[in-house]
Amino acid sequence: MAKHFRETLKTKDFIVTAEAGPGKGSNTEKLVEHIELLKDKVDGLNVTDNQSAVMRYPSLGTCLLIKEHGGEPILQITCRDRNRLAIQADLLFAYSRGINNVLCLTGDAIDTGDHKEAKPVFDLDSVQLIHLVHTLNSGKDMAGNELEGGVDFCIGASATPSADPIEPQLMKFQKKLDAGVGFIQTQAVYDMDELKRFMENFHKMDNIDGVKILAGIVPIWGAKMARYMNENVPGIYVPQYLIDEIDQAPKETKAAKGIEMAGRLIRQIKEEKICDGVHIMAIGREERVPAILEAAGI
Amino acid sequence: MIIAERKPLEEIRNMLAGYKKILVVGCGTCVTICWAGGEKEVGILSSQLRLASSKDGNELSVMEAVVERQCEKEMVLEELGDKAPGVEAILSLGCGAGVQMMAELFEEKPVLPALNTTFIGMPEKEGLWVEMCGACGDCFLDRTGGICPVVRCAKGLLNGPCGGTRKGGKCEIDPDKDCAWVLIYHRLEKQGRLNLMRKYYEPKNYRAVKRPGKVQAMQA
Repeated sequence: MAKHFRETLKTKDFIVTAEAGPGKGSNTEKLVEHIELLKDKVDGLNVTDNQSAVMRYPSLGTCLLIKEHGGEPILQITCRDRNRLAIQADLLFAYSRGINNVLCLTGDAIDTGDHKEAKPVFDLDSVQLIHLVHTLNSGKDMAGNELEGGVDFCIGASATPSADPIEPQLMKFQKKLDAGVGFIQTQAVYDMDELKRFMENFHKMDNIDGVKILAGIVPIWGAKMARYMNENVPGIYVPQYLIDEIDQAPKETKAAKGIEMAGRLIRQIKEEKICDGVHIMAIGREERVPAILEAAGI
Repeated sequence: MIIAERKPLEEIRNMLAGYKKILVVGCGTCVTICWAGGEKEVGILSSQLRLASSKDGNELSVMEAVVERQCEKEMVLEELGDKAPGVEAILSLGCGAGVQMMAELFEEKPVLPALNTTFIGMPEKEGLWVEMCGACGDCFLDRTGGICPVVRCAKGLLNGPCGGTRKGGKCEIDPDKDCAWVLIYHRLEKQGRLNLMRKYYEPKNYRAVKRPGKVQAMQA
């Protein structure tokens, strides 16, 4: 049985989480393969919620699969596709089935996805969502009604170290800390000086006691992918020197190069104790995560 | 004011298929100012319809009229009282409220929309209008430096920017659009009121206006 993530946050020096990205369709074979491959190598497995506003197998269903296979799921919930009723109902269901961790996110805009004509919900924002989970944790729903059988979620949120300008982001980040979170999984970071600046800012903020920061790692598999992310993926900025490095690697060793580069970032974060851990988002290349961990010396 | 755009000619012609005698009605208020449904646009659309029909070998009689405010009963009746009875259908170049006022007044006839009503906005420069208000019924502008996050943030967020803000403070969904929360930050900073942005705001009451909305003016 996997250790409760809340316990891991308290006890482990360097925390590693990874992402299990569900596919489009009811065939969960590949997903289960990834879960089996990663569940004992990481401290928690995040499941994306219609990532990039692309309709997929659900976050909740995938978390159940992780649970069934003995892993520790982290349920990602966005505010894009559900109103406050649906979110609360999903959280009750999740908790009743042993899913104890939730990452509260705003969600990418509908426009970034594959159902561009859908009605965006955003009944709540990510800060309000954190408050909502605390309300449920207190035994009540948002309308103040008592719950028959409460919940006790370990709550996480995201932050974007590379935001420009950073000040408005930090103000929102402070509101997330004030609302009360146990862990932060950041958007992808590549520039360690930027991550260090972000951590300096974090250490000056209020309500940070016990909050663990996991730096987001998105491995790069090619220059084209990096450029695509820079142009299309909100909040991700790959520096030119890393694009050049992967670009110069011969085709047959590109995967190895990507693994080496991601491993190098993780190793530096761990050795220099820049933050409390990493969150690896391999985006469809989950099978390479064990090699990345090995390259990082984990 | 209310901003609208004309529907494509093809769509309008499909709506009118089968009718031989129609009345095209503009509105002299908002949609005149945003160049969508004033006297000039009524003239242009009517000519296009006549031309397209005669090209197809169909006869279409098009009458033209403009009501100062299509959403006001008396003004519609005064202008159209003797024109409407003689036609098979009415094509409105008013906003959605104008179309519905005329549909109610001329119940026995189809009243068809020639415009798509898009938003409440203001002119940014000549010929360019931008959305400013979502008519949410629970105005938040005192807390955001007079910049509405409900409509100007793509996600309507109340507690600050999302993580998708692009470099330079641009919006996730459009690199040409400013992030509303970056604008709010700069405005409040300039006014020395950044404390407003540090406050937590509860989930919005989306029932502040019970839909469909109805407002009774207060008696003096």
